[in-house]
Amino acid sequence: MTNLLEVKDLTMRFGGLLAVNGVSLSVKEKQIVSVIGPNGAGKTTVFNCISGFYIPTGGDVVFQGRPMQGKPGHLIAREGMVRTFQNVRLFKEMTVIENLLVAQHMHAEHNLLKGFFLTPGYRKKEKELMDRAAHWLDRVGLLEFANREAGNLAYGQQRRLEIARCMVTEPKLLMLDEPAAGLNPNETKELDELIMHLRDDHGVSVMLIEHDMGLVMGISDHIVVINQGAPLASGTPAEIQANPDVIKAYLGED
Amino acid sequence: MQSRFTSALFAALLTLLLGSLLLGVTMVSEGIDLVLELSEPHKIYGLIIGAALVFIIQYFKQEVGAVTTRLRGDGSFEMPAFIRTPKQQRLWGFMAVGALLIFPFVSSRGAVDIATLTLIYVMLGLGLNIVVGLAGLLDLGYVGFYAVGAYSYALLNFYFGLSFWVALPIAGLLAALFGFILGFPVLRLRGDYLAIVTLGFGEIIRILLNNWTDLTGGPNGIARIPKPDLFGLEFNRRASEGGQTFHEFFGIPYSSEYKVIFLYLLAFALVLLTLYVINRLIRMPIGRAWEALREDEIACRALGLNPTVIKLTAFTIGASFAGFAGSFFAARQGFISPESFTFIESAIILAIVVLGGMGSQLGIILAAMAMTILPEMAREFDEYRMLLFGLMMVLMMIWRPQGLLPMKRPHLELKRD
Ligand SMILES: Nc1ncnc2c1ncn2[C@@H]1O[C@H](COP(=O)(O)OP(=O)(O)OP(=O)(O)O)[C@@H](O)[C@H]1O
Ligand SMILES: [Mg+2]
Repeated sequence: MTNLLEVKDLTMRFGGLLAVNGVSLSVKEKQIVSVIGPNGAGKTTVFNCISGFYIPTGGDVVFQGRPMQGKPGHLIAREGMVRTFQNVRLFKEMTVIENLLVAQHMHAEHNLLKGFFLTPGYRKKEKELMDRAAHWLDRVGLLEFANREAGNLAYGQQRRLEIARCMVTEPKLLMLDEPAAGLNPNETKELDELIMHLRDDHGVSVMLIEHDMGLVMGISDHIVVINQGAPLASGTPAEIQANPDVIKAYLGED
Repeated sequence: MQSRFTSALFAALLTLLLGSLLLGVTMVSEGIDLVLELSEPHKIYGLIIGAALVFIIQYFKQEVGAVTTRLRGDGSFEMPAFIRTPKQQRLWGFMAVGALLIFPFVSSRGAVDIATLTLIYVMLGLGLNIVVGLAGLLDLGYVGFYAVGAYSYALLNFYFGLSFWVALPIAGLLAALFGFILGFPVLRLRGDYLAIVTLGFGEIIRILLNNWTDLTGGPNGIARIPKPDLFGLEFNRRASEGGQTFHEFFGIPYSSEYKVIFLYLLAFALVLLTLYVINRLIRMPIGRAWEALREDEIACRALGLNPTVIKLTAFTIGASFAGFAGSFFAARQGFISPESFTFIESAIILAIVVLGGMGSQLGIILAAMAMTILPEMAREFDEYRMLLFGLMMVLMMIWRPQGLLPMKRPHLELKRD
């Protein structure tokens, strides 16, 4: 089976700082791959390079067999790779449902004339968007807040809305940057179930950056450890937990 | 207590000092010299009263603060009970349209004239609202597109004899083209930088019109721009060659009021059309994308939206409304010169958008009325108009920083299954 995402020798330099140094990883279909590492290790930078928010200094990013490096972020997103950010980035002053409608922009009818005259084709498209949005709101338990402004939701709800907003785009690969940060144990457990459900029932692959080791070890098929920009280890959760280098990096011994 | 008194006294003295330099003395030329003289007594009294007011306000600052916070409200705004449901709103809308249609027939010529001007500003405010209120791109050069629209009609008529009705869509298209051209260089800019570049763009257009004398007539402007006609009927006393006048056609005596009323009704129709078009736009994918861009450009990109395209459409479509308004303005005035398109016009249009409550269309209509009618009423205070304008802005920022009527989110009904 070919890999959905193949990253080879990814390097990112900021002036004198080598933030990412030769990281390689791959994600197969329906796999959950986690990227872990201490603070400032370069995890977010890896995400930014893969998803086109940074142009990597070196290395290859191949998604569904096509090279992605150097492409702008919105085009990579259209290929089916969508991401969240370490801090919540919702359209705060828009309603929950509007957030999900915007996310489906690429599926929407763009012909202005059809929109003006409300042609049947346009109505049908808009209805599809609404239905898909309602479906995902239901999935993440936010249906009753559909017309609430996104910025007024509780923090945990905002996090779930972000995931729903990614899912309405019908992605192949979902990239989550610390989705459990700031969640209470209960919400973390719900998140865990949601991610499993996305993988099992919707066939998406997931890339995850997370500090919550319970969550990571529980759901990952594969884990990549980065330390100071360089790859430190990779393997199954059991292998990672037993790896002395990883333990050392996390305990901060030198 | 002590410090409260001294700080209030200090503020009052400062006011007196600064104010007396500005208002308390006047420069009078005596021969070849300029000498300072004390101003007329009423200005001096005014200064003293002003300083006393500053003292009182500073002294009772806490109390004043408590009152203003109470007035400011919590930011949420509810329509009064009788205009809350969509049905009631539609009814009130129809009644307002009806009243505005009857208005020109029962009012003085001057009032109708001001109302027409107000309608032009409503159109401009609604157009700029797309760029500033919805897409969140601070544009200080909007008057440039207004100028493009006005000169499009004036020049097309002057050189090619095109009528208003033919020139109107062309003016809109040309303004849109300029919006598109401006869009390109500013794609990477945000906030302050964007504001400065757009400001420059507006000025460039004005200076170009001023200096390209061969084409535009320079500072002398273009005169004798014909008024719009009604299906070929003119509103002049005497018909032009091969034309026919309105009063002759209907066999009624000539009155210059027909023209004024016709212009008002035309502006009103244009505003209704603008309202309809923009209302449709904001409910379409493009309108949602504009707002998303205002909220978070990076999140837009992560979801596959192309910020470049969204910005360009906002600039282009926003500018086209200024183009329509501009060609109507040229037709109504009959004379245009670069002086009509100075930065202060951009500032007024922007003030309308901000006062109205970014994004809210009803707010913009109210603000446009306030911005055009109040200065007319305050004409006696001619030299203080800008001061009043400033005072109004300051008070608004204290009282309702969110604008008169902040935008209300559309409620979307979901089918529950
Ligand atoms: N745009 C940038 N310019 C310069 N340096 C940057 C930039 N982005 C990240 N860095 C640096 O790269 C290093 C890695 O940062 P990164 O945000 O990728 O870490 P991280 O692993 O995501 O950390 P955390 O767990 O705290 O989120 C840090 O030293 C950071 O300061
Ligand atoms: Mg990070």
